[in-house]
Amino acid sequence: MSDSDLNGSEVATDTPAEGDHADGEVETGADADAAAETDSRGLQAAGSETTDDGSNPPLQVEGLHKSFGGITAVDGTSFEVAAGSLTGLIGPNGAGKSTTFNCITGVHEPDSGLVRLKGEDITGLAPHDIADRGLVRTFQIAREFAEMTVLENMMLAPMHQRGETLWRSILPGTRDSVIEQEQEELERSWEALEFFEIDHLADEYAKNLSGGQRKLLELARALLTDPDVLLLDEPFAGVNPSLEERLLDHIHELSDSGYTFLIVEHDMDLIMQNCERIVVLHQGRVLTKGTPDEVRSDERVLEAYLGGEVES
Amino acid sequence: MSETEAPAEASDGGLFDRGGNDLLLIGAVLAAIYLVYAGVAVLLDLRVAGTLIDLTRWIGLFAIVTLALNLHWGYTGLFNIGVVGFMGVGVYATAVASKPVATDAAAGATGGFGLPLWLGIIIGGIVAGLFGLVIALPALRLRADYLAIVTVAVSEILRFVFRNRSIASFDVGGRSVGLGGGDGLQLDWGSEAELLLDALFLGGVYDWLVNTLEGTVAGNPEAIADGIVYGLILIAFVIGYYLLLQRMANSPFGRVLKAIREDEEAAGSLGKDTARFKLIVFMIGCGLMGVAGVVWFMNAGGQGTINSTQFRPELTFYVWIALIIGGAGSNTGSVLGGAIFAAVLFQGPRFLQDVIREFVNLQQAPLGDVPGSFGAAMAPVSGNLDVVPLLLYTASRISDMQLLIMGLVLIWLMHNRPEGMLGHRKEHAAAVSLDRPEDTSSKGFALTTDGGTTDATDGGQTDE
Repeated sequence: MSDSDLNGSEVATDTPAEGDHADGEVETGADADAAAETDSRGLQAAGSETTDDGSNPPLQVEGLHKSFGGITAVDGTSFEVAAGSLTGLIGPNGAGKSTTFNCITGVHEPDSGLVRLKGEDITGLAPHDIADRGLVRTFQIAREFAEMTVLENMMLAPMHQRGETLWRSILPGTRDSVIEQEQEELERSWEALEFFEIDHLADEYAKNLSGGQRKLLELARALLTDPDVLLLDEPFAGVNPSLEERLLDHIHELSDSGYTFLIVEHDMDLIMQNCERIVVLHQGRVLTKGTPDEVRSDERVLEAYLGGEVES
Repeated sequence: MSETEAPAEASDGGLFDRGGNDLLLIGAVLAAIYLVYAGVAVLLDLRVAGTLIDLTRWIGLFAIVTLALNLHWGYTGLFNIGVVGFMGVGVYATAVASKPVATDAAAGATGGFGLPLWLGIIIGGIVAGLFGLVIALPALRLRADYLAIVTVAVSEILRFVFRNRSIASFDVGGRSVGLGGGDGLQLDWGSEAELLLDALFLGGVYDWLVNTLEGTVAGNPEAIADGIVYGLILIAFVIGYYLLLQRMANSPFGRVLKAIREDEEAAGSLGKDTARFKLIVFMIGCGLMGVAGVVWFMNAGGQGTINSTQFRPELTFYVWIALIIGGAGSNTGSVLGGAIFAAVLFQGPRFLQDVIREFVNLQQAPLGDVPGSFGAAMAPVSGNLDVVPLLLYTASRISDMQLLIMGLVLIWLMHNRPEGMLGHRKEHAAAVSLDRPEDTSSKGFALTTDGGTTDATDGGQTDE
């Protein structure tokens, strides 16, 4: 039922709280413009606007439907992810998290509904096209390029590299510009590896990394694409507690510096403690959304997790 | 990865260092092969020049086709087991383009368009590449193993197309052209060596070579000159292929290819249009195979004619064995694999047979006669358990056991060294050395600055 997601006032009221985490300077700059531009969208939009260019939240999902055979996996899901926020998408098993995620990232084409990225309709585009527009995902089980070194994994990530065009890489005249860009990518890759503290593994094959290190590598790699929105699919699955802590620190740090995150997670506690906004899915619909406190106070959430029949 | 590799890896800092080492490696392996062949040939008084020219021919041919296959399989993970089909498309296209115009169509002679040979070779490559594109458009959408089925099926279909009577000969603008049907096509454009040298304005060199040989060497000087020049042309092709593919591999383009090989979906999730890359690579690889096919069949395999029976799948599998020996994913390994396959597994048994025949003839008196047939070889075994005739028979026909030897080597390789000679090696797919630049530690990743307030220019999302 998409009505529930129109309780935008809830969302709007919690934006000041979000400001604690998200960097203030970006918000204050764009806030006024955004508020002016988005009268029609009302308070809700104004509160969440932090993008420089547009009047839309970076990611909007509207009335998403997807069914497989007779089973409806996603049934009219609508939510949005505010710029610079750390938004969690949670729900019990079979709530439609993964399908929603796959519809957003282009793995599945939704039966109906819209996915907007920075106001632009990206519904049904190919995954690489969606990534190209600034929505980059990671995988539940990290998918490193096993027989490439960590550094090669990183160097692959930047978008639109000149040398990806074959003739530029081959022809003598144009190869210099490729090499020049490679040098820049190389520096950024090393910096990112240092940031994630895996630079000592740079020349190691990615397949030799531990599960947690692969998660770090995947996140680092995704960052090098310069994404507008990062979708993390269960980033903490199979990660030991100390590494989980490290991963969380990194995510918070990135979030503070302006990156927008949508995290799909199974572990409710983790999301409650770390996300500013939470969207709870149940049986393919949005059960509730808001701040952790709001979600926690909603009895239906607990019931859903305990497997009860819930009116959404 | 292993400790023993450390010195080689330590010095692979720059592209040129690495290239230097690899050239040394290739040079050393080739020198060893040639020394063994030349030494044995001289000792046993076999025809030395002919042996070495043959050896060069096969090493060169296997090296270029293996390089082309390495682009498909070693770099991109495209399972192409229809190599011979694309080689066939190339050489047939070249034949149609460059065969002399048939003067007497009434006599049933199939001609061509009479274009210069160098142009014909380019056309052969383009046609094979476009043909690959047509195959790839539907097939690359399928899962990887289906590409294998499609390619092997296509190469078999092509073999029947080549011998199809209805396109054996037809008229295009009054010229009788065609694929020759079951009779095949005669590549009657003359000496390839001379034509290709002429195209490079080096015709004088060829004449000079023939004149020089005329006085000094027994036999037909033109045939020997052709052999030498053909060998040189092959070496030039190997170098050209190697440099082209190395440049492709050491670039962002090559990096995407490797990523597709490792995990196509993940590459897509990073915004790489994997389908486009696969199409381009499949097309280029097929084009290279097409050109290799022209070079292969214009002289070596067909003795001046091509026929559908030459395009059997075993040729594809020879190339695969060469690639596995050398190590998929390494261009240097491909050259080495091609050379070793050609020298040891392909020419080796034939050469060994020559050697054994010489040897057995010398020892004829003490060991007895070599049996003339398998039955004659078996008779003493069942009679009085005398295995000597059977051993002699086997030794005298060792080249017939070529496939058996290949199979054994392949099984051994799969068990003990599936990554081949150089497949284990880290060859960075980048246009620059991946060493840590001097200054990164001082600058730090943009995001490490607290709060990220000042880094809008670098890495943050606010730079748009």
